[in-house]
Amino acid sequence: MEALQIIERVKSRFGDRVLEISDKKPDPFAVIDPKAIVEVGRFMNEDPELAMDCLSNESGVDYKDRIEVVYHLFSYQHRHGAVLKVKLPRDNPSVATLEGVWKSANWMEREIFDLLGVNFEGHSDMRRILMPEDWIGHPLRKDFVEPPEYHGISTVRESPIVRLDTKKK
Amino acid sequence: MSTLRTEEMTLNMGPQHPSTHGVLRFVVRADGEVMREAIPDVGYLHRSIEKIAEKVGYRGFMPYTDRVDYVCAMFTNQGWGMACEKLAGIEVPKRGEYCRVIAAEFNRIASHLLSVGAMAMDIGAMTPFAHVIREREMINDLIEELCGARLTFNYMRIGGVAWDLPPGWREKALAYLDHFDPILEEYNALISWNKIYVERLANVGVITAADAINYNLVGPNLRACGIKWDIRKDIAYSVYPDFEFEVPVGNGQWGKLGDSMDRYVVRIREMAESSKILRQALKKIPPGAVLAKVVRNFKPPAGECQIRVESGRGDMGWYLVSDGSGYPWRVHVRTGSFAAMGIIQKLSAGLMIADLVTLIASLDVIAPEIDR
Repeated sequence: MEALQIIERVKSRFGDRVLEISDKKPDPFAVIDPKAIVEVGRFMNEDPELAMDCLSNESGVDYKDRIEVVYHLFSYQHRHGAVLKVKLPRDNPSVATLEGVWKSANWMEREIFDLLGVNFEGHSDMRRILMPEDWIGHPLRKDFVEPPEYHGISTVRESPIVRLDTKKK
Repeated sequence: MSTLRTEEMTLNMGPQHPSTHGVLRFVVRADGEVMREAIPDVGYLHRSIEKIAEKVGYRGFMPYTDRVDYVCAMFTNQGWGMACEKLAGIEVPKRGEYCRVIAAEFNRIASHLLSVGAMAMDIGAMTPFAHVIREREMINDLIEELCGARLTFNYMRIGGVAWDLPPGWREKALAYLDHFDPILEEYNALISWNKIYVERLANVGVITAADAINYNLVGPNLRACGIKWDIRKDIAYSVYPDFEFEVPVGNGQWGKLGDSMDRYVVRIREMAESSKILRQALKKIPPGAVLAKVVRNFKPPAGECQIRVESGRGDMGWYLVSDGSGYPWRVHVRTGSFAAMGIIQKLSAGLMIADLVTLIASLDVIAPEIDR
């Protein structure tokens, strides 16, 4: 099935809990109500027409006014894929975990928690994965400011890089 | 006589352990020599490459992609190039695609060589490692002639590759392949079918096909479970449809389907397939330009895309979000090693501590690729 057909099928099943559909090239996506994401995930996994047996990628994006969690689903059985998104507020973003549907979500959600500060409700092991446990802040947030030192280790160069490119936004 | 009291031990393995490929740490809960659980602790090589991407711009990020996986950096170059090209709708010239395939397949052989050699070394056979390093050096020499670097290549560009094949390089590459094919036989005779070696690998760390998909294992690890899935064939990219090659899958010949031996043999057989692709590519390579005309100040239109590349460690996913400016808004790399590490905790229960080393080696995890 084409990605848009898959999204239409989810839309016909879940109605207005699919909040928005984008058919923009190259990758169309559907925005799902965060409260319904586990239900939608489970449906897409179990429905024989879709059979999304693999959560191929899960990542988070900070858009300054919201945080989006993006799910790239894939079916080895039918060899098709689709993209789902949930939009979360920037303050205390929280969404239910998909670990119960796809095991690969476990580590990818820990990474999103670590780098973007999204809390995944019901996750079995919500710890930092890449950054040190005592790190403050979430580095991939757009307003993250790197601390000048970490446990006495300086993060500043003695001779800073000369920026040739002065047009940086 | 009263029974001996036993208790569970908590052991630390790594981060500086000879068999953890890079810096990895495991917290092992063991009862004698049998593990209850091995909890992976990663992040020692985290350099926040995805954050760097947001600061250095599209072209400036290419050398950094090498550092995502320095054992097969051609694929990370290619992945970044393809993501940008897909978003901006750039078509790479045919010769450029051929150069990419040639460089990448040589790199795949080098990466698999290191993987199978390090695996033998982890198990205790030192000699094969010297053999594979010798072969890998020759490939490094070839690639050095191509792009000037031996590990962090920075060979590809958005829209193609940086340099055409140097004069006489094609013949050298073909001569190397003539030398390499018998070497693979020699290597198999040296270690692959050795009884002790096979018994150390067979039936260790068995992964079922359903688990492999659920945990999102990719590449040789997935194919060893009997699933015939290769991005080069099934989501054909670049010029791979032009070539004939097999996709080796595990068959459980030495033990159970999806054990460490299957993963090892799939890598050995993939090297022979790469050699086949290289011969066809070097023969068929068309004349023409190697780099498309791309504006210097590269700005793809606002939007997002995901591409998948079959790297040495399997399906590597590049997710790119652009806001239309000269700097990417968000880049996310989903790598094979990251997924493979996620399954270790589950597989480790009931395994011997010595077999944990086998398991890590057979999954071919590379620490920089986990941590990025």
